[in-house]
Amino acid sequence: MPLPTPQSSVRVVTMKVDGLDLSAREDETIIEVCRENQIPIPSLCYLDGLSILGGCRLCLVELEGQSRLFAACSTRVAEGMRVVTNSERLQHYRRTIVELLFAERNHVCSVCVSNGHCELQNLAQGCGVNHVRMPYRYPHYEVDSSHEMFRVDHTRCVLCSRCVRVCDEIEGAHTWDIMGRGSDCQVITDLARPWGDSSTCTSCGKCVQVCPTGALVKQGTSAGEMVKDQSFLPILARRRHQR
Amino acid sequence: MNVDDLEELADKHREEYAAVKTEIRVCTAASCQSSGALPVLEALTTGCDASDHAGCCVKQVGCMGLCSAGPLVAIAAKDAPLDQAQIYRDVAATDAPEILTSAKTGTPMERLHCPTEMPFFARQQRIVLENSGIVDPNSFKGYVALGGYHAMVHALTEMTPAEVIAEVTTSGLRGRGGGGYPTGLKWSTVAKMPATQKYVICNADEGDPGAFMDRAILESDPHRVLEGMAMAAYAIGANKGFVYIRAEYPLAVERLKTAIRKAKRAGFIGHHICETEFNFDIEIRLGAGAFVCGEETALMASIEGGRGQPRPRPPYPAESGLWGHPTLINNVETYANIAPIVREGGDWFAGIGTERSKGTKVFALAGAICNTGLIEVPMGTPLRDIIEAIGGGIPGGKAFKAVQTGGPSGGCIPEAHLDIPVDYDSLKTLGTIMGSGGMIVMDETSSMVEVARFFMEFCMSESCGKCIPCRAGTAQMHGLLDRIVKGEAGRQDLALLEELCEVVQATSLCGLGQTAPNPVLSTLRYFRAEYEQRLLEQAA
Ligand SMILES: Cc1cc2nc3c(=O)[nH]c(=O)nc-3n(C[C@H](O)[C@H](O)[C@H](O)COP(=O)(O)O)c2cc1C
Ligand code: SF4
Ligand code: SF4
Ligand code: SF4
Ligand code: FES
Ligand code: FES
Repeated sequence: MPLPTPQSSVRVVTMKVDGLDLSAREDETIIEVCRENQIPIPSLCYLDGLSILGGCRLCLVELEGQSRLFAACSTRVAEGMRVVTNSERLQHYRRTIVELLFAERNHVCSVCVSNGHCELQNLAQGCGVNHVRMPYRYPHYEVDSSHEMFRVDHTRCVLCSRCVRVCDEIEGAHTWDIMGRGSDCQVITDLARPWGDSSTCTSCGKCVQVCPTGALVKQGTSAGEMVKDQSFLPILARRRHQR
Repeated sequence: MNVDDLEELADKHREEYAAVKTEIRVCTAASCQSSGALPVLEALTTGCDASDHAGCCVKQVGCMGLCSAGPLVAIAAKDAPLDQAQIYRDVAATDAPEILTSAKTGTPMERLHCPTEMPFFARQQRIVLENSGIVDPNSFKGYVALGGYHAMVHALTEMTPAEVIAEVTTSGLRGRGGGGYPTGLKWSTVAKMPATQKYVICNADEGDPGAFMDRAILESDPHRVLEGMAMAAYAIGANKGFVYIRAEYPLAVERLKTAIRKAKRAGFIGHHICETEFNFDIEIRLGAGAFVCGEETALMASIEGGRGQPRPRPPYPAESGLWGHPTLINNVETYANIAPIVREGGDWFAGIGTERSKGTKVFALAGAICNTGLIEVPMGTPLRDIIEAIGGGIPGGKAFKAVQTGGPSGGCIPEAHLDIPVDYDSLKTLGTIMGSGGMIVMDETSSMVEVARFFMEFCMSESCGKCIPCRAGTAQMHGLLDRIVKGEAGRQDLALLEELCEVVQATSLCGLGQTAPNPVLSTLRYFRAEYEQRLLEQAA
């Protein structure tokens, strides 16, 4: 009889999500477990392979016995945890957050390169946002097309910082950063110099692929064309991790 | 250095000043400086010649509390407490000769007299501020002569870390930075963390509009804060501390730097403090002045050199703080309470205040009130006493309308609730919080909708932008409040505003967003009619 394989120090816990019994490793987050089990949780800033931001608040879930809400992306599972992912209250909050995003900058999907392939648009449809109740704020931003391959359009940016993280954590270039406060925050390349002048950018295109909206796109794509491919990310992230 | 050495040091200082019978104290804290204290100090110093004024000395001191009457000058017997001093208000450099004569002869001068029998002085109980306005903030020996560093030497040489924590736990002290978390519990949590590297942080960011308690403490008695930090470090097993202070407080920074330098020279900061195995070093970190950097995780990100943005908790700093190490973070006033607790015992401290809020609290009185300035009262003092007796009521014969406590995270209290005793829990039942101790008094001429708009504008521009509900929600709420103020909003706008209050509160990442709706909610609770009055008339 073969010997039992050595126990790893990570234990397995059992929990309930929306009434469903699940098991999970205790070092996993709620969102990871839900993704494994095809339980949909909306998210914008979370991306498998990048560090956790906890900024979009779309992944908030209820934990039974606790009055405050918890972000599924930044909360670890625990033995006996009972998670509710889709209460009426949560749906209402998610809708409002998506509306807030639409009103914050200028999202006119009909003329956007990402129309039809946009995570924000998908989220809106998923959350049932068919109109926005708050006034659009219409901020003014310049489009930066100075990079020979890519373009950044700040009026479509949701400040999820995926570009910042992928460029820093996976590509290792740290071209992107965020400047400013509040709604005036803006993603910048190098020290707020035009992207085309960047001495750090390797033109790898990772930031463009992970950007959920039409904020980062390939030059020359027209409305409805900009399909993004993020499948490289978890693979690369794991390889980097192993080293 | 042990207790005897310390006594020797204090004696030396007393000998040096043996000839001094009368002190002429000039407040040189920021507020008095801005109303002209330095020329007064200079005039008094040059005028106080040894031959003519034997037994008198001119001494610069920290805040005496009644900042609105500054510059303040006090004449007192050596080391006498504030309420036994003769205080002169609104002093100008030209008043120096008269003041010197009064000091020499002991006859009070009527013209600038500021009676210390008045409730402003008489009704206070000064523990945190016991040295403020008495000790020279730049004098190390002066602090020691007043009993300073005795608690620390005692703790280090005669108490175990666990005993220090037990004393703090017994005292019932709760954090003065706003949250009111039990200090002893926080200390013991960090102490229990198995780690070789731990840190202590003093949060001196103080970003609330209208608050200046921490600034005044650091400007008036910086050694007191260092002493508290050192005891905390000893108790939890840290060897490194940071004071995070905003660069807009140059005087506090300067005095703190001086204090650190002198404490180092005396061997109270550094290696083998008091010939024990305890090492402790303190560094200052300047903040650029962002409200969110007062939030503990954002503050630590800023110390680490990153963007001052909060991160999700847990893990709490006690488990994973600065550079991933267990970290204790407390407010300036919290640390300033430690020396008296160790000196007098936790039970003594627990005897002051209310059932669940022990000790005293320093408040900054501002706005429409006669005596603006800094006060310290026992927890549980009725709000009416603070405003009417100590604060002297509303100037110009106007009526009181509301007092705002807790800054952008707090709310307004109307006349009807003025008899409430001030402590952590009672204020919460009114929909506001004690916060760090700012109190802004408003008279009948203030508009509560405009007050709400002011705080929302503050939160909107101070939001770090990381999380969507706080970033975009405060902007929308500000827009709605602005429309209500201008009379351009309808009923559905008010409904949307209330809805956003709930969403932003429930979904924001950190305390800034979670509490940003409070000023709106609390003004809606007590002054809803003012909102309604401004709404557009709408056809049914
Ligand atoms: C937006 C925000 C701003 C804060 N600003 C301060 C501050 O200026 N000073 C402070 O001591 N605590 C501030 N706090 C509270 C701190 O995060 C922390 O709770 C406190 O420093 C802990 O110390 P204490 O237990 O002694 O109160 C702030 C919290 C938030 C959410
Ligand atoms: S980024 Fe997405 S949501 Fe925004 S305009 Fe483009 S398609 Fe629409
Ligand atoms: S293209 Fe690559 S290197 Fe350049 S900014 Fe984007 S992720 Fe960074
Ligand atoms: S540019 Fe794209 S990836 Fe970067 S923060 Fe904006 S929306 Fe996110
Ligand atoms: S996915 Fe969790 S906060 Fe954005
Ligand atoms: S600053 Fe002088 S009395 Fe407060």
